[in-house]
Amino acid sequence: MAFDSIAIEGGFKNPVFDAQSMFRAVMQALAEPGTVHRGIALTRPPAPLTPEAAGVALTLCDQDTPVWLDPALRAEEAVGTWLAFHTGAPLANTPADAHFIFVADAENLIGLENFAQGTQEYPDRSATLVLQVKSLTGGAELVLEGPGIESRARLSPHPMPRHFARQWAQNRARFPRGIDIVLVSREGLAALPRTTRIVNQEGEPCM
Amino acid sequence: MNAPSDTIAQYNFAYLDEQTKRMIRRAILKAIAIPGYQVPFASREMPMPYGWGTGGVQVTASIIGPDDVLKVIDQGADDTTNAVSIRAFFQKVAHVAVTTHTADATIVQTRHRIPEEPLKEGQVLVYQVPIPEPLRFLEPRETETRKMHALEEYGLMHVKLYEDIAQHGHIATTFAYPVKVEGRYVMDPSPTPKFDNPKMHMSRALQLFGAGREKRIYAVPPHTRVESLDFEDHPFEVQRFDEPCALCGGMDVYLDEVILDDQGGRMFVCSDTDHCEERRDAGHRGHLAGEDGPPSSISEGGTQ
Repeated sequence: MAFDSIAIEGGFKNPVFDAQSMFRAVMQALAEPGTVHRGIALTRPPAPLTPEAAGVALTLCDQDTPVWLDPALRAEEAVGTWLAFHTGAPLANTPADAHFIFVADAENLIGLENFAQGTQEYPDRSATLVLQVKSLTGGAELVLEGPGIESRARLSPHPMPRHFARQWAQNRARFPRGIDIVLVSREGLAALPRTTRIVNQEGEPCM
Repeated sequence: MNAPSDTIAQYNFAYLDEQTKRMIRRAILKAIAIPGYQVPFASREMPMPYGWGTGGVQVTASIIGPDDVLKVIDQGADDTTNAVSIRAFFQKVAHVAVTTHTADATIVQTRHRIPEEPLKEGQVLVYQVPIPEPLRFLEPRETETRKMHALEEYGLMHVKLYEDIAQHGHIATTFAYPVKVEGRYVMDPSPTPKFDNPKMHMSRALQLFGAGREKRIYAVPPHTRVESLDFEDHPFEVQRFDEPCALCGGMDVYLDEVILDDQGGRMFVCSDTDHCEERRDAGHRGHLAGEDGPPSSISEGGTQ
């Protein structure tokens, strides 16, 4: 029965207030890209799902939101069972069907264009990527511009998906379609909404 | 589910059930990611009629937490029916602190005004919106307005503003004046006077808009360009007032006309009651302020 207790335990201690606190952290992170926010994420999910990513899942996912797990998360059966028990969210058959994408192995992530981008009429029908990273500092520096940023913001998450700056420029070019990214690490969470541009020091788009 | 169990019937914190909050929260996040775009959401029935701010109330209920301090204004005033009842609603269902002071609030829910005092980083301004679609009176079909937004086809809106100029010699739209957000989506700022449009531009606060009957949520993140539509030869202009506020003497604020008698007597006073009170507390006097000093703060004034 050890398997069952792993799936059942470890949710929010205080579902209403923990979810509210987590949501405000995600909301402020999206509203001010590049800034790091902390919510109360007192979850104990099975590895390799991290407490912070699990906190986002418990805050935003339910039976209306199919989720897709990357191969690293899918390899551990307990992760899917835990998410199913705590959120009721169905697992998407293909990446394009999912509303939320949870990624433990960012470096080997498939291309961003594989996820739901929304339509020109309904750009909100797009995926939100929850990317587990080791740290929000110490990686290649991303210089950010766009709505929510007064002049420029800086973030150095690692590891990131391959050719991230180029992939992100393509994502930005699809605006208003495109995906949004929430980066989660032990330091808290930061976000890259689709409006954010990654620029190098001279202010030119990074390729 | 976390409500104290000492009474039989209890609402969930902030009235809405958790699944509804998740649905609204997801819509808010999409709205922030696509500034000015109207995200459809499954608006719920609230214990107040449509038109009384059910959209704004649902947005506030979905973001508010026990540590928040809430301010509610209706046409700038903290003490009118709509503001008082919504403030009482959240005191009852969320037990949050309330205030009338703009600077003390973490969330300001508003009907048709933006406070005169500039908002700060971290504050959230929640608008109650009756008709979220700026093109609705020009094109009644949702399928068509959606396509116009998708194709960024806003010529019709400029035609409307031009017809104003042809008829009146100037752009006669004074409220719900259309704006373009971050150079992409044309957005209805809700029926705020156009006097408030410049305050939306590069605001330090997050602005969320909720339309309950029309089931739409949209947003403007902080530090985002919000430009009022205009023409090169007819640039956007805000209302100007010839006289200062009769109570606090304030200039460059939005004024309400108050009829004093049936002989044509009238006065102009600040629409933003908190701003007016703070100025009078600081010793500013208008020509009708009287000698006895400022009237005592409205009964619910101050952080409770």
